[in-house]
Amino acid sequence: MRIKLHVWRQSSRSDKGHMESYELDNVVEEMSFLEMMDTLNEKLTVEGKEPVAFDHDCREGVCGMCSMVINGEAHGPKSKTTTCQLYMRHFDDGAEIFIEPWRASAFPVVRDLVVDRSAFDRIIQAGGYVSNHSGPKPDPNSIPIEPNIAETALDAATCIGCGACVAACPNGSAMLFTSAKASHLGLLPQGQPERFDRAKSMVSQMESEGFGSCRNYAECEAQCPKGISIAFIGRLNSDFLKASLVEPIDRRGDMKAQ
Amino acid sequence: MNRIQTLYKSIIGKKVIAAVTGLILFGFLLGHVAGNLKVFTGSNDQGIPHIDEYGQFLKVAGEPLLPAGALLWSARLVLLASVILHITVVVQLAMLSAEARPVSYVKSKKKAASLAALWMMFSGSVIAGFIVFHILHFTTGTIQLGEFEHGYVYNNLRSSFSNPFVAGGYIFVMVVIGVHLNHGVWSMFQTLGIDNPDRNKFLRTASTAVTMAIILGFIAVPASFLFGLMPEAANYAHDLLTGH
Amino acid sequence: MLTLDPKIPVSPIEDAWTFHKNNNLRLVGPKNRPKYKVIVVGSGLAGASAAASMGAMGYNVECFCFQDSPRRAHSIAAQGGINASKNYRNDGDSTWRLFYDTQKGGDYRAREKNVYRLAELSTSIIDQAVSQGVPFAREYGGKLANRSFGGVLVERTFYCRGETGQQLLLGAYSALEEQIAAKKVKMHTRHEMLDLVVVDGRSRGIVVRNLETGEITSHAADAVVLATGGYGNVFYLSTNAKGCNVTANFRAYRKGAGFANPCFTQIHPTSIPASGDYQSKLTLMSESLRNDGRIWVPRDADEKRAPKDIPEKDRYYYLEERYPRFGNLVPRDVAARNAKDVCDQGLGVGPTGYGVYLDFAAAIEEKGIDAVKSKYANLFEMYQRITDDDPVETPMRIYPAVHYTMGGLWVDYNLMTNVPGLYAIGESNFADHGANRLGASSLMQCLADGYFIIPVTIGDYLSRHESGDITTDHPAFKETETAVRERVNKLMAVKGTRSAQSFHRELGKIMWEHCGISRNKESLEEGLRKIPALREEFWRDLKLPGDPAELNQSLEHAGRVLDFLDFGELMCRDALLRDESCGCHFREEHQTPEGEAERNDEDYAFVSVFEYKGEGTEPELNKEPLSFDALPLAARNYKT
Repeated sequence: MRIKLHVWRQSSRSDKGHMESYELDNVVEEMSFLEMMDTLNEKLTVEGKEPVAFDHDCREGVCGMCSMVINGEAHGPKSKTTTCQLYMRHFDDGAEIFIEPWRASAFPVVRDLVVDRSAFDRIIQAGGYVSNHSGPKPDPNSIPIEPNIAETALDAATCIGCGACVAACPNGSAMLFTSAKASHLGLLPQGQPERFDRAKSMVSQMESEGFGSCRNYAECEAQCPKGISIAFIGRLNSDFLKASLVEPIDRRGDMKAQ
Repeated sequence: MNRIQTLYKSIIGKKVIAAVTGLILFGFLLGHVAGNLKVFTGSNDQGIPHIDEYGQFLKVAGEPLLPAGALLWSARLVLLASVILHITVVVQLAMLSAEARPVSYVKSKKKAASLAALWMMFSGSVIAGFIVFHILHFTTGTIQLGEFEHGYVYNNLRSSFSNPFVAGGYIFVMVVIGVHLNHGVWSMFQTLGIDNPDRNKFLRTASTAVTMAIILGFIAVPASFLFGLMPEAANYAHDLLTGH
Repeated sequence: MLTLDPKIPVSPIEDAWTFHKNNNLRLVGPKNRPKYKVIVVGSGLAGASAAASMGAMGYNVECFCFQDSPRRAHSIAAQGGINASKNYRNDGDSTWRLFYDTQKGGDYRAREKNVYRLAELSTSIIDQAVSQGVPFAREYGGKLANRSFGGVLVERTFYCRGETGQQLLLGAYSALEEQIAAKKVKMHTRHEMLDLVVVDGRSRGIVVRNLETGEITSHAADAVVLATGGYGNVFYLSTNAKGCNVTANFRAYRKGAGFANPCFTQIHPTSIPASGDYQSKLTLMSESLRNDGRIWVPRDADEKRAPKDIPEKDRYYYLEERYPRFGNLVPRDVAARNAKDVCDQGLGVGPTGYGVYLDFAAAIEEKGIDAVKSKYANLFEMYQRITDDDPVETPMRIYPAVHYTMGGLWVDYNLMTNVPGLYAIGESNFADHGANRLGASSLMQCLADGYFIIPVTIGDYLSRHESGDITTDHPAFKETETAVRERVNKLMAVKGTRSAQSFHRELGKIMWEHCGISRNKESLEEGLRKIPALREEFWRDLKLPGDPAELNQSLEHAGRVLDFLDFGELMCRDALLRDESCGCHFREEHQTPEGEAERNDEDYAFVSVFEYKGEGTEPELNKEPLSFDALPLAARNYKT
């Protein structure tokens, strides 16, 4: 296969960056997209040019490290597929392929296609956990969980934190990520005590990171490599509303002089 | 109040405000279209079109408990506040979103987003402009596109909508409103968190169906006048209507 | 000669761990803990759980990982499940039974009391994970579900669909993020450890490179914990993530830590084969496929027909013919060796000739297409996604792949290496799996080490030393930093013609060829000649583009390849010196008539611990003898 690539090149955070074009003629259909990128980099290295920096690690679709907008779509044209599991047979011989990094002010480009996604870690730090210490715990079967609830929680927890939702959203919103994380814990009995505080603090962190607002396009869901449902966004909205309007601000308030 | 302020400051809170004000405006449209349909029910035995009577009723509704016009003006104030809030939060959110993606993609492709969703800002702007125009046209009579006389709703409509450009313009805007509502109504359920995978299909279908019904109702009026399906109304003295 | 004191508690095995905690381990009081700084390198299951646990206890923890977030470590890719002897099924499971299975599975090359402790802690891991919100599969009624795994006789494996590793890692990651938010743990992402700093024989810190800026900095600590995973990528192609490497462990080895059993690598028989030279990694398919698939290759090396059109008489069902009693269900290592054997004879299938058919036609005919599909739907889907072939229409192609490494840094019962203050946990140590690892026990080991063992044992070491008595101003840090910088500059200065990647590929081929599924003396010796030659060429012909003071993935890779080159040699040496077959280490000279591994307990019931003796000098082999008091030695026998 012959392909023509247009790749975003940017040497550092402060560099303005530009698209650069390359041609590859030794691509085969069985190659994964990242193997095609390896081939390009091998070629550039041998030619004495700088290879394209891109994030990748497990190459089996779970680590969430790979992050490329391919022909305008996060992780490329195939739905429910990460870039590393995309194969060249999904492209035509002679195809022109545009490769760009995730675009969001909360995900600054570090170099070429590598972006800084630490904003996601900080959203988790704001409350994406069940407060806990390591040590003896009650037997799990002492708190039965309805299997459907456990499965829905797992649906949400399947999120690999790649950031495709942000990249795909025309508003650069991180609601799908945040809501999946909040819903995973909010659905389970272990996550109940902190459920409403969690909703408030994760949303507030998400806002301060500079992500845009959700306008219910559902583009995130369509481009999510794990197919996370926007139903979780509705869930977070509802939890956030309850937390803001209904839940007591200070649960100890009852003992204050009324 | 503190809670409302906090809510307003958050992205989700702003969206909730857009949804709630949207709901109010949607409710208004329902009432508006219901009233509009009175053009088709003819006149009373004095020859006064039902729609004219209805217009008069709105002015005096609440009497004698409230002074004449009080209820109407309260409703108008709520609607005005809703429109202003709706536009304010939406513009603020749009500015946030623009900041969230300072560099746009060279290539961009959508897998799911509907045109209705992507064009919300456009359809919203058209509607905002239309609201101003519509008030100046049929409420205050400032813009004259035909014969206009306060209180003679039926004749005013008939006069304006017999002009194909006016009727066509109104029909076009109604379609735009339909597109806006098609995304807006469903979006409201999602934003308020009352969507649910089990009922989403119903919610989506229901919101599309209701939207279609409203818009067809609205379009029916200019269309009927345009195609000359509506008889001329009898001339009647204004006093008959107001009872003075 | 290394001083190898395993510090095994002198107590009956059933209460050895409790006895050890009560009698042998000193504690650090809560007020003093913040004064002690602990560095954790790696943020996978072991690293994240250790950093979170120690942070919550109050230690001053700094954690480093080379990925952009601690949540990306390769623990996330584990699919199958995690063992725990909860005995929820009432099918006779117990701590003892899990201990027995693990020790027997490891072919009696692990330390008994370590293994027993692992089995003992298994149940607490499940409790801990559930309390964090790990959504394990549940049955109707809401109780935890179990499945059987890896041919054991009880159902003790807990799972979250096919993503157990992901869910457990997200649990540990969330605990870690909680401590980061509480400022108990400081996280350094995109930092790679490039050397260990040893002062007066004690481990006192690390030198790291900031992968984004290229900056090389030192970090001092009272103790260093390595949770840096396995070294399967020495084979270039493996099921490991691309970033997995041996550098941290190998640097520690060069600074005096003993490397134990480096040749013990687990090879999985059912991975999707490489499709060409560009192949960058291998993806595992569940072994359960062998329950319904028939494995074969064409009899004729020149066969050109599509598999469906090849008549029965021209098909070579080699496992069924060679092992009529077990057929396609022979143990993993036997299946893997035979696949390689037929492919080496030229009978392999697929574009590279390194693959064999796994055919479901017979099962579909017998049980119906729906029955087969319902059993393997997600595996078939995964296979089709990668290869574009539908296993219902045409046979799957499979080939063995390197999956897990049992060897690692030598540690005592406290998980401390022979360098005081340096710990190794998870896959990076050698401790619990002997010569082969039981299915669904890698996650278990990482979490036992991280949540329950290291937080207790590290206190014993710390309590015996002053806190914070060293800073990076100490000359040892400057020296190490300079050495690291020189090494980077030396790599940049080669200016040859070949990429680091091409050397890695070539090393991988050598390792696979000479130290792979089966090994023999001659081939290993040949490998030991080829690797130094390749290393020489590496230093002569490496080409590194870009700037070392920027994000430079080629430079990162070159450093790792260089350590793999040195390490590959160590592996071959270990495989050569261990003149027996055991577990995954198959020396062709030592096999039963059925082709099974033949152990030599008389001469090789020890842990091989290698000691670095300097560049160009052969490492010295130290031996930690193993004793088998609780579980007497028995020959591996999967036939009855």
